[in-house]
Amino acid sequence: MKRFIAGTLAVAVMGGGIALAKDANKIVMDGSTTVGPIAKAFAEYYMDKHPDVNITISESGSGNGAKSLINGACDVGNMSRPMKKSEKDAAESVGVLPIEHIIAMDGIAVVVHESNPLQGLTTAQIRDVYTGKITNWKDLGGPDLPIVVISRDTNSGTYETFESLVMKKEKIAGKTEYVGSNGAIRQRVMSTPGAVGYVGLAFREGVKPIKVNGIEATPGTVATRIYPVARPLYMYTNGRPKKGTPLYDLINLSGTPEGKKIIEATGFVPVN
Amino acid sequence: MPTTLGTMQTATRIMPSLLLSHRTRLRQRVGAALGNGLLLAVTSLSMLAVFFIFFFIARDALPFFRLEGVREFFTSTHWYPSAGEAEFGALAMFVGSGLVTLGATLVAVPLGIAAAVCLSDMIPFSMRQVIKPIIEMLAAIPSVAYGFFALIVFAPLLQQQGGHLLAVATWILGLPLVVLGVIVFSDVATDRLRDRPRLVIRVILMALFGGGALAGLAWIGHTLGALKIASGTNALNVSIILGIMALPTVVSVSEDALQSVGRELREGSYALGATRAEMLVKTVLPAAAGGILAAVIMGVMRAIGETMVVWMASGNAARIPSPWYNMLDPVRTLTATIAGDMGEADHVTGSARYHVLFAMALALLVFSFVCNIISEKFIRRTRQQAKG
Repeated sequence: MKRFIAGTLAVAVMGGGIALAKDANKIVMDGSTTVGPIAKAFAEYYMDKHPDVNITISESGSGNGAKSLINGACDVGNMSRPMKKSEKDAAESVGVLPIEHIIAMDGIAVVVHESNPLQGLTTAQIRDVYTGKITNWKDLGGPDLPIVVISRDTNSGTYETFESLVMKKEKIAGKTEYVGSNGAIRQRVMSTPGAVGYVGLAFREGVKPIKVNGIEATPGTVATRIYPVARPLYMYTNGRPKKGTPLYDLINLSGTPEGKKIIEATGFVPVN
Repeated sequence: MPTTLGTMQTATRIMPSLLLSHRTRLRQRVGAALGNGLLLAVTSLSMLAVFFIFFFIARDALPFFRLEGVREFFTSTHWYPSAGEAEFGALAMFVGSGLVTLGATLVAVPLGIAAAVCLSDMIPFSMRQVIKPIIEMLAAIPSVAYGFFALIVFAPLLQQQGGHLLAVATWILGLPLVVLGVIVFSDVATDRLRDRPRLVIRVILMALFGGGALAGLAWIGHTLGALKIASGTNALNVSIILGIMALPTVVSVSEDALQSVGRELREGSYALGATRAEMLVKTVLPAAAGGILAAVIMGVMRAIGETMVVWMASGNAARIPSPWYNMLDPVRTLTATIAGDMGEADHVTGSARYHVLFAMALALLVFSFVCNIISEKFIRRTRQQAKG
């Protein structure tokens, strides 16, 4: 199945040069690496149902997604942040009307070792831990234990989200340990009593998620945006896609039960 | 005489074919030239590869220095490549790489040389034939497997039992050293005395120094035993694992160097009345010193170039440990930074973030190049000495 998809993608890429620009059965997506997995899973699912439709996906970052949409280089701009005013203005000036579709929510749980009695922290406290201002759990009402601060590597979308929602403009301290995946964070936190880390919602098992600003990280609180370390993920299209077109079906997949299942499987939270 | 006749007949039959026609000779000459050329081309291809690697890495590294200057890279410890106001201080990575390599060398070199001496001069040949391949098997284990072990098994173990482990290691390493040192020292100190006074003073000295050294060892063990290790992914963890990874290189090359010291030297040494220990320490080891040094350098190169283990188990904290020799702090190495940041670095826009990784690669390349040249030189010198 995977190979078939890859083959289709390759054919689609090669065919792209030859095919007419406005072929309704050919969809090009570009943008955020965070949204990428959802887009890929959607494309896989959709092309499986409709073998005549070709979907190509590039992951070049949210900014580039907006740029491509404005240039007309893609049909869907995947973004992990809303479009800026400057980008909207640029789009208008070339006659592109960006329409926002929220396809899923991205929530990040702050996790500690299961033996840690701490119930919750505020975003300001979490920021102080990550900037190195607080170095011992006893300063947060926990046991007398040095805090082992663990972060995702700067490559990841999870890091990007955490940095923008929690760290704001402050820099993560030098002592912070970096690991390469959500699973690796869970592994480190599971085996280290003094550890604190952050993971995508799907990786909460085996570690203890703490409340942030008094709110628990659950799919419910993330979907309703009550939980503070959560953000919507967007797909932007040029104008409202017409009903019945593959583009319309693809974008609206996020509202269907199958689409929600796909979103959950990729570790994100579907919206209602 | 039928046989002689037979050979003569064959010879006459071969003779004409030895006289080649002009054309055949030309063909042969062209064939030889082509073959030689092809071999030369293949050989120079691998040499060209080295040049190309140097060229392309330098080509992508230099724009970084043009964009950001040289000073920050080598002197600052602020590593924030993805921040709005990006900072590219790589000093912490240089220190991290250095510390981890130093630790690995401290693990691999004494163990490796001791093992090499044991393999080449102590145990029977049949046992060596079994043990050496087993040690060399360490080199065949993929580094990701080492990394997995370091992260999943060794790091939690260090966190839970770190102090006790260190204490036990101190005893295992310290006790033989102390015993040997005390015996040798008391022996040497009483060298001038004779007979009974010598015996008595030697025993007194041994008891004195032995007691002191043991007390010291106990104190170190106790201090280490009380140590709490907050995070098991640290410089110590990777140093030990990298040391084990470098071990087969050190053992193998040192053992070859010891073997290449001829039998004549060993027998000559015995003939002059040397004991086995004297033969080894005073004759064989000095004669093989160059080769052993080359082995050490190759072990160092193995440790500094390793990526997967350090990326998985060193903690990757871009900070100089405090104090700098604190092996229990997490560190970040050059190799891990290159591997970890490559995915994000945008090569299309040619940002400083992309080129900084090449600057690191260039630093590593220059270092291993220098190491390689030095070790080559030592190996060559040993070979010449062995011949002469």
